[in-house]
Amino acid sequence: MGLEPLFAEVGAEGRAALVGYLPAGFPTVDGSVDLLRGMVDAGCDLVEVGVPYSDPVMDGPTIQAAAETALSAGFRLQSLFTVVEQVSAAGGRAVVMTYWNPVLRYGIDAFARDLAAAGGLGIITPDLVPDEADDWMAASSAHGLDRIFLVAPSSSPERIARTVEASSGFVYATAVMGVTGARDQVGSAAEGLVARTREHTSLPIGVGLGVRSGAQAAEVAAFADAVIVGSAYVTSATTDGVAGVRALTEELAQGVRRTPSTIG
Amino acid sequence: MNDKPDFDAHAHSAHDPDQRGHFGIFGGRYMPEALIGALDELAAEYDKARLDPEFVNEFNRLLRDYAGRPSLLTEAPRFAEHAGGARVFLKREDLNHTGSHKINNVLGQALLTKRMGKKRVIAETGAGQHGVATATACALLGLDCVVYMGEVDTERQALNVARMRLLGAEVIPVKSGSRTLKDAINEALRDWVTNVDTTHYLLGTAAGAHPFPLMVRNFHRVIGAEARAQILDQAGRLPDVVTACVGGGSNAIGIFHGFVDDPGVRLVGIEPGGHGIESGEHGATLSEGTPGVLHGAMSYLLQDDDGQTIEAYSISAGLDYPGVGPEHSFLKDTGRAEYRVATDAEAMDAFRLLARTEGIIPAIESAHALAGALVLGRELGPEGLVLVNLSGRGDKDMDTAAKYFGFGES
Repeated sequence: MGLEPLFAEVGAEGRAALVGYLPAGFPTVDGSVDLLRGMVDAGCDLVEVGVPYSDPVMDGPTIQAAAETALSAGFRLQSLFTVVEQVSAAGGRAVVMTYWNPVLRYGIDAFARDLAAAGGLGIITPDLVPDEADDWMAASSAHGLDRIFLVAPSSSPERIARTVEASSGFVYATAVMGVTGARDQVGSAAEGLVARTREHTSLPIGVGLGVRSGAQAAEVAAFADAVIVGSAYVTSATTDGVAGVRALTEELAQGVRRTPSTIG
Repeated sequence: MNDKPDFDAHAHSAHDPDQRGHFGIFGGRYMPEALIGALDELAAEYDKARLDPEFVNEFNRLLRDYAGRPSLLTEAPRFAEHAGGARVFLKREDLNHTGSHKINNVLGQALLTKRMGKKRVIAETGAGQHGVATATACALLGLDCVVYMGEVDTERQALNVARMRLLGAEVIPVKSGSRTLKDAINEALRDWVTNVDTTHYLLGTAAGAHPFPLMVRNFHRVIGAEARAQILDQAGRLPDVVTACVGGGSNAIGIFHGFVDDPGVRLVGIEPGGHGIESGEHGATLSEGTPGVLHGAMSYLLQDDDGQTIEAYSISAGLDYPGVGPEHSFLKDTGRAEYRVATDAEAMDAFRLLARTEGIIPAIESAHALAGALVLGRELGPEGLVLVNLSGRGDKDMDTAAKYFGFGES
């Protein structure tokens, strides 16, 4: 059920999972299916299908621009389920990453039902904290979806405990205080945050925000269970399309398989 | 001593939200985890400060000696001739230092910023009133100030941009999305999540995540407390209606709270009707929106069937916002307050009428409340008594007005 088998598999291989993000509908609905399938085919263990949203306060310029492209091209929420279905049908595993208002508007239970029916495994909720998530807790349980909440370098021990308690599948650790976007260095706060989070849970912990290269993936894989890459995928899709995201996936997939001692 | 500020503005009351900031189903915290720690810190600091006589006295002292409170209550008899003969009184927030009610909230939050040991303040602004007020408070208290302002608004409010820069603030034009207030808030939130250790986000309206709606409301409750005492003094009775413009809703919530426990006083918020509701180009969030989440709180919202925010429109930059403070949503649903609409044209007519009948040039935001008062006065008739919150002065709007009325043409 959910993401547990995935982390069992990659754990058995002694490596971290590679998680790649792209918005649904970017640059078009069909185009996003091709890109996401290319990522799965080239070695993404899990894809995060983003919901383009008009007010993405956690996103930097790269993902903002991708969301605007998708919305300008006429993206409608119903297409999200089509994209997830087609990625799942191609053998991929998918979760959805969405700001909360589109889910609220669709209806929390209806959204969970339709996502589960499309083969989606869970939702990452960047602006929903467990404090406001009672309805989502109920809907996710009813439809067998994982709840991936976020922890941040600023999270207190009490907040971390509360967040992991509400989470399932994995916990998303934001590597830096800031918005999405590729960075030269992954924040030094990430390793400490993962360690602090592990004190409260045996769930896998994924690290995102800022990863863009195989070397960075290897660095993060040394202390995390999943390496999450977003903006770098948007950039490679923009410049080189499916070939671009495949090439990036291959580099990152090697990174998550490298042992820490080879980082140099 | 009826015209003294209400020193109990910060006392806990039955109108406070629950511990997590909910007014009924509205409010709360729909925010990234990365900001929850800062919101907790702010809520804890405000909870201490609101009961600390030293803080409350310092706040009240600044309101009196710096902002110029209490603001006047002025009867507007020549204007009232156009309002069905009802008596109309204006709460003169336009006479405050910096020219609007916004100074109340920024002085309170700037004092809190100092208490938290933070040195940098960021703010969003639409018309520039809140940005100017924030830059002013930062200059007064020695804080670094960065103001995010939609590029469209920097053009239509160029005078306020110059004022902010003169006061030492950095003004950053926001080029994303609709390039107005909503996007300025998005950009300020992105800054905050990156710099939260050193930075306070001085939100300019009674919206956003808890504790902002509660805290901003309480900093503005002085408006209603003064106005209630003043109208009892001058008119000998409570008004039939209190009216105020509603964008995010801070001036309205401040004056409404002076009368919220007076069941005979109707509270009427006036939203920007833009080119008319039927045109689709408006900012009438409470009148036309549906509940949803934007900028950290559950509230009424202009949104489409997919939950995407619909861009608001108003001739008034300060009302050009697709969301609204959660307490207004609560007051609407409980029926304690009503919300109506005034179009650009109705607001501009009222703007010119007040100038020509009373010699007072209001902010275009406040002119929406005046337009509402004309209608309410006609409904009430000659026995009626209407209190209008004149939330700001119109100097900043002269370019817009000159173009609208064609004053520039010979």
